[in-house]
Amino acid sequence: MTSTQTPIVRMQKLHKHFGSLHVLNDIDMEIVPGEVVVVIGASGSGKSTLIRCINGLEEVQSGSLDVDGNTLLPNGKSSQALQTIRTEVGMVFQQFNLFPHLIVLDIVTLAPMKVRGWSRQDAEETAKRLLERVGIAAQAGRYPSQLSGGQQQRVALARALAMEPRLMLFDDPTSALDPEMIGEVLDAMRELAKEGMTMVIVTHEMGFAREVADRIIFIHKGEIAEQGSPEQLFDAPQHERTQSFLARVLNH
Amino acid sequence: MDVNFQFDWSAAFSSIPYLLPGIPWTLLISFGGLAIGFFIGIFFGLLRISPVRWLRWPAIVYIEVFRGTPILVQVLFIFYGLPQLLGGPINALVAGIAAIAVNSGAYISEIVRGGVQSIERGQREASLSLGLSRVQAFRYVIWPQALRRMIPPLGNQGIISIKDTSLFSSSGSVSWYVKGRSISPPPSPR
Ligand SMILES: Nc1ncnc2c1ncn2[C@@H]1O[C@H](COP(=O)(O)OP(=O)(O)O)[C@@H](O)[C@H]1O
Ligand SMILES: [Mg+2]
Repeated sequence: MTSTQTPIVRMQKLHKHFGSLHVLNDIDMEIVPGEVVVVIGASGSGKSTLIRCINGLEEVQSGSLDVDGNTLLPNGKSSQALQTIRTEVGMVFQQFNLFPHLIVLDIVTLAPMKVRGWSRQDAEETAKRLLERVGIAAQAGRYPSQLSGGQQQRVALARALAMEPRLMLFDDPTSALDPEMIGEVLDAMRELAKEGMTMVIVTHEMGFAREVADRIIFIHKGEIAEQGSPEQLFDAPQHERTQSFLARVLNH
Repeated sequence: MDVNFQFDWSAAFSSIPYLLPGIPWTLLISFGGLAIGFFIGIFFGLLRISPVRWLRWPAIVYIEVFRGTPILVQVLFIFYGLPQLLGGPINALVAGIAAIAVNSGAYISEIVRGGVQSIERGQREASLSLGLSRVQAFRYVIWPQALRRMIPPLGNQGIISIKDTSLFSSSGSVSWYVKGRSISPPPSPR
C-alpha cells in the first residue's frame, strides 16, 4: 500500500452512541484502495459497530465519514449518498443473513437485477461464475436451509461480490461456523485479498489476520488503541491493553 | 334436582334441510368479508408499523376499536345504526360482508404486523447492504417471508370469521336476532 493514494474510506472524529453508551469514541481511520485491514478487539469493544458505520447500517452522532467520494452526514441526513455507498460496498455478516425464501441463484442475482438493472441473463451468468469461484456452483438450485454453514457463508460472499463492490466488509464471518468449515470460508477470503480487493475484516482468527492483513487495528472500548502491520502488532505490541488482549486470545 | 332434558336428535336431523340453503350465504358472506378484510388488514397492518407516527395512529384506533368491541355490537351497528346514519336501508348481504370485513380486517392487521415484525433484523440489513432501497427490501425480501408466516394465523382467522357469520341468519338478515329477543323473557326481578 502507498500513502499517496486517495483513501476509499476516511473517518474523522467519529462518535457513536447507543443511548448513554459511548460505543465509538473519536475514531480516525483511513483505508486506501487494495488495502486489507483487520480489526481485532475484545467482545463488545465496538468492532461490528465500526464497520457497520462504513455502509450506514449504524448512524453516527458526530464526525465525518467519506466512502469513495460520498459523504455520510451524522444522524442519517444523507440518503442519496447512503444509497450510492451501499451499492459500492459489500458486506458479509456473522449470521450469513441469506434470504431463506429464495434459491441460491436468485439470492445472488437479486441485487444486480433490482439495483443495477441487469437483465436476468447477465445476472445469472455473473452469479454462476461467482458461485463457481467460491466452490458452490452445484448448489445453485438449493435453498439456504439445505446448505452447510460454510456453504451458506460462501453464498453470502458471492451475493455481495455480484454487485461488483469496490470495498468489502466482513463482520466476524467465521464465528458462527463449525470449526471444520472455517477453513473453506477463509480460503475464499484469502483468494479475494490476493485479487486486490479492498477489505475490512473483523475476525478472531489471528493466524488468518497475520497472513492476509496489511494493517491490524486494535479496538479497545470504542477507541483505536493501537494499529500497525501484523508484525508490529502481534510481535511487538506497544500498549499494555494490546499485550493483554493478545495474551488472552493467542494462548488457546 | 333431576335433570330432565333430552337432546332431540330427530329435530336436529330434520332441521338439516332448512340449514342447507344457508350454506351459500354463509360462504358468500365469510369469504367475501375475508377477502376484503385481507386487504384492509394489509393496509392497516402496514400503517401500524410505519415509521411515520401520524400514519400509525389511525391504524391503532381502527385496530383497537374493532378488536376491543364484541362483534355482535359491530353487527348491530352496521345493521341498525348505519342505515340511520345513511338515511336508508342497506342490503343485508352487503351489511354482512361489511361486518366480517371490518372485523376480520382488524385482526388481520395484527397478523400482518406480527408477520412482518417476526422477520429477523438481519434480513433487512443484508438487503440494504446490497443497495436495495427500503421499499425493495420490503417487497422482495421481508414481505414474501412474512406472508408465509402469516398463513397459519390467517387460517385461524378465516375459521373464526366463518363462525361469526352465524350472527346473521341463513337468509342473510338478522331478523332472527329480533325474533330471539322478542321471545326471550324479560329479566326476572330478584
Ligand atoms: N443496537 C444496539 N443497541 C444498543 N447497544 C448496542 C447495539 N449494538 C451494539 N450495542 C452495544 O455496543 C457495544 C459494541 O458492540 P459491537 O460493536 O457489537 O461490539 P463487538 O463487535 O466488538 O463485539 C456493546 O456494548 C454492545 O452491547
Ligand atoms: Mg461483533
